[in-house]
Amino acid sequence: MDDAEVKKISDLARLAVSENDLPLYRTQLSNIVHFVEKIASAETGGISPMAHPVSSALRMREDCITEGDERERFQSIAPSVEAGFYLVPQVIP
Amino acid sequence: MRDKTLLELSRALAAKEFSCLELTQAYLKQIETRNPILNAFISVTKELALETASAADTRRAKGEALPLLGIPISHKDILCTQGVKTTCGSKILHNFIAPYSATVVKRFEQAGMILLGKTNLDEFAMGSSNENSFYGPVKNPWDMERVPGGSSGGSAVAVAARMTPAATGTDTGGSIRQPAALTNTTGLKPTYGRVSRFGLVAFASSLDQAGPITATAEDAALLMNVMAGFDEKDSTSVDIPVPDYTQDLSKALKGKVIGIPKIFFKDLEPTMALRIEAVISAYQKMGAVVKDIDLPNVSFSVPVYYVIAPAECSSNLARYDGVRFGYRAKAPKDLYDLYTRTRAEGFGPEVKRRIMIGTYVLSSGYYDAYYLKAQKVRQLIRQDFQKAFETVDIILGPTTPTPAFKLGDKIQDPISMYLSDIYTIAVNLAGLPAISIPAGFIGHLPVGVQMIANYFKEDRLLNFAHQYQQVTDWHKKRPKETS
Amino acid sequence: MNKWEPVIGLEVHVQLLTRSKLFSGASTQYGAAPNTQACAVDLGFPGVLPVLNQAAVRMAVKLGVAIGAEINKRSIFARKNYFYPDLPKGYQISQYEHPIVKGGFLEIMFEGESKRIGITRAHLEEDAGKSVHEDFHGSSGIDLNRAGTPLLEIVSEPDLRSAKEAVAYLKALHTLVRYLAICDGNMQEGSFRCDANVSIRREGDKKLGTRTEIKNVNSFRFVEKAIDYEIKRQSEVLESGGVVVQETRLYDSDQNETRPMRGKEEAHDYRYFPDPDLLPLELDEVFIQSVKTSLPELPGDRRKRFMSDYQLKFYDAEFLTESRELADFYEKAVLTAKGEAKLTANWIMGDLSAALNKSNVDITKSLVSPEALGDLVARIVDGTISGKIAKTVFEALWSGEGSVDEIIQKRNLKQVTEPSAIEAILDKVIQDNPKLWQSLKGGEEKLFGFFVGQVMKASRGRADPEQVNKLLKKRL
Repeated sequence: MDDAEVKKISDLARLAVSENDLPLYRTQLSNIVHFVEKIASAETGGISPMAHPVSSALRMREDCITEGDERERFQSIAPSVEAGFYLVPQVIP
Repeated sequence: MRDKTLLELSRALAAKEFSCLELTQAYLKQIETRNPILNAFISVTKELALETASAADTRRAKGEALPLLGIPISHKDILCTQGVKTTCGSKILHNFIAPYSATVVKRFEQAGMILLGKTNLDEFAMGSSNENSFYGPVKNPWDMERVPGGSSGGSAVAVAARMTPAATGTDTGGSIRQPAALTNTTGLKPTYGRVSRFGLVAFASSLDQAGPITATAEDAALLMNVMAGFDEKDSTSVDIPVPDYTQDLSKALKGKVIGIPKIFFKDLEPTMALRIEAVISAYQKMGAVVKDIDLPNVSFSVPVYYVIAPAECSSNLARYDGVRFGYRAKAPKDLYDLYTRTRAEGFGPEVKRRIMIGTYVLSSGYYDAYYLKAQKVRQLIRQDFQKAFETVDIILGPTTPTPAFKLGDKIQDPISMYLSDIYTIAVNLAGLPAISIPAGFIGHLPVGVQMIANYFKEDRLLNFAHQYQQVTDWHKKRPKETS
Repeated sequence: MNKWEPVIGLEVHVQLLTRSKLFSGASTQYGAAPNTQACAVDLGFPGVLPVLNQAAVRMAVKLGVAIGAEINKRSIFARKNYFYPDLPKGYQISQYEHPIVKGGFLEIMFEGESKRIGITRAHLEEDAGKSVHEDFHGSSGIDLNRAGTPLLEIVSEPDLRSAKEAVAYLKALHTLVRYLAICDGNMQEGSFRCDANVSIRREGDKKLGTRTEIKNVNSFRFVEKAIDYEIKRQSEVLESGGVVVQETRLYDSDQNETRPMRGKEEAHDYRYFPDPDLLPLELDEVFIQSVKTSLPELPGDRRKRFMSDYQLKFYDAEFLTESRELADFYEKAVLTAKGEAKLTANWIMGDLSAALNKSNVDITKSLVSPEALGDLVARIVDGTISGKIAKTVFEALWSGEGSVDEIIQKRNLKQVTEPSAIEAILDKVIQDNPKLWQSLKGGEEKLFGFFVGQVMKASRGRADPEQVNKLLKKRL
């Protein structure tokens, strides 16, 4: 993994990485990627991927309203709210 | 009274040997004395505990007979507790008070148990040493220079140092079993889907499972009777009947087949191997039969895990953006700055590494080679276990490759840290239940033996564990209370 | 001069008419105060988990069955990962590789011909919240009420060849989803949203040109204008030797133009992967059959039936089957109108539609019931009132003056047919206009109409015009 790749990944993950930290990340992430590449040698022809340990199917719920207005409670722990809205720096429309 | 098992406490409370309040006070006192040194708790809910303990006394006086009514418990600080801070060991949730409780937490409340506090952990349960906590590392009471294991290190230490009679942990790659092994406690990781994940803050959703950390297998059975069961709020929760886990504890093991995977012993240090072999012979004396088994793909477990767990984590942790709860970077100059700085300042190094690795393995061009491939190897690992369970009742081996290592030893080298979970990780990938119980000491340090059973056979694990604890007293050893 | 052939495909986001959200028990009601309908799951709080709404699945299958598609017995929910303030979890739960509905078609009538438009897929996903940019002194406000609302994204094949044809498809789909009662079709509120993929190629070429995606065009008229603009723009680019850039564009209805979207062009890498919180969605034949049997008569079938059963022309049948409620109204009205299908159709398409338009309401809010309208038609046919008087009765019906017969009676509107009564009126009219009567008698035939008119006027329109004609002629 090179610096550009670390930057691309940190951008996708929205994690600020300073120029100073780049070399450490590059080394550590490269080592980990190298480590996990061992799986390439497993023989997986004809094997279906496993996403869940549970083999049953998805359960569905009835279409009922079970949740009411809890804005006050939920927003009491929010960093920045106004008039019931969560505030963020201006979003470019 | 702090040294009693849950069953003993339950009987003593019923016999009015002491009150719930006295019991709770005793544990709170121990926390006051020991926690400043051990750092096992992030929050201690003293007022709440005393209040609910008094209420429990009143309920007992009125004749309520719930077995665990008035007995204290502590929860890993990744299980949401309404009205009580849930930090996940992270700065990013340093001020997070969940407006709801985890289903597990609710079930213990309904059983009448008293919450003593929230235990320390590696940030978002990512780590094997408890050094990745924003709230400082937890110390191993058996050796203050050593780690207690992780990520449920706080819970394991709280039980080992008798600051709590029992605790909950969560296990994504060994986070219950590994600290249990390193602290001489009993830790059970249930089958995936057996215990609700609702309110368990997700690290890797297809691997996470909550379970008990206790002094004995019997205690673990009592907690499982409360924790286990279907929850309609968790779509991966399995709706099959829950047995009484204490029912089969005393069943004889004669004729039961124990599978020994050669792979777990290949590079094992002789001192460790000796301990595990002693456990095997104890079972043989009880009439169990031993059989060598092959788990050919289990050698891929750690690399498979470090693709799948980071991938899920990178997505699960995207919600920490400083908008609706938790830490928010000061004076962001724009939206991008708000996101990137909140997350860079709020998460610790290991969490960031895993988010980056997860982002990488899912990104365009790499998905097939890493994520999809890992899922296929995961399937192979499950098949290995399924095949083994056609001929054995239980699989046995070490929980960890070594006893507790020193604080700082592995923290600079992520991969060496990852490899400390080499024996526990495959179990999570397959979704199987497993238990770690005390198996003796190497020098002054405890080690654990791990047993793995087929899906939903927690009762068999507890039976095996309990039988071993009937003929040994490793699990009764307590660390000296030095400062 | 080059001849360019447009190739258009539409992606339509249909908001499903469930009570609660796709994965949570919060209400989907439109227009609530900000964040009062966003529960912990919608807000992406730590530790909470999604549980799938069965009604949404049923609605998706309904559409699938209605367009003759294959219903996937096993579909997978995946996470689409990106950061945006209206996306609280940092990912949208959607279906990617394995959608619930695969391959189908919609038959449309365009320029008098029927054409099948292929539908590639339809998948379930959750909607995002909304950002509000005004009134927050430089910040944006986030309202997550809409977050988690179930959407069905319906993706057409690039089978459409003009903006008008695209609109015809869109209208047919709009009609269909309302027939199925899976969407209210309200485009202003965003319940039915459309993205258009547009490319052009030289006529005869097999290869597709580079396409652009026009986002969120939210009325039929704007869809047509935006596509037409884009076709023109692309052909100008190509004719001047340029190349079309693959990009996302926004339609500006004020300027009537499309423009590249700002800020959205950074590399997207959604990192789709199966949602570990949601097991595969498996549907069995019993479930699919139960949806099939609950299916109403579809708009196309109903239109055809109207043409054969009621002998209606295509245009009338299409008009009357535009919504299920309108078609139901019509059929009820015909029943009370004793089978007078054509006249009933005319009344609905004429006076009733005008009245609805004037009050700006749809058929469900009509102040005249289908039975009343049928009665009205019946009274015209049995000669109780004339067609002209019927308009007066209709207006009275609309203002709630009672039943058709009550109004006729109360206002004394019954048609006068007895010769003696008409003769009496005629006598009076002649008496009042002696000079003109003489002129008419003298052969000034254009005055004939004047006398008929006067008789009608004197009878307040009630006289049977045929009788008046006949009796007048007799006097001459």
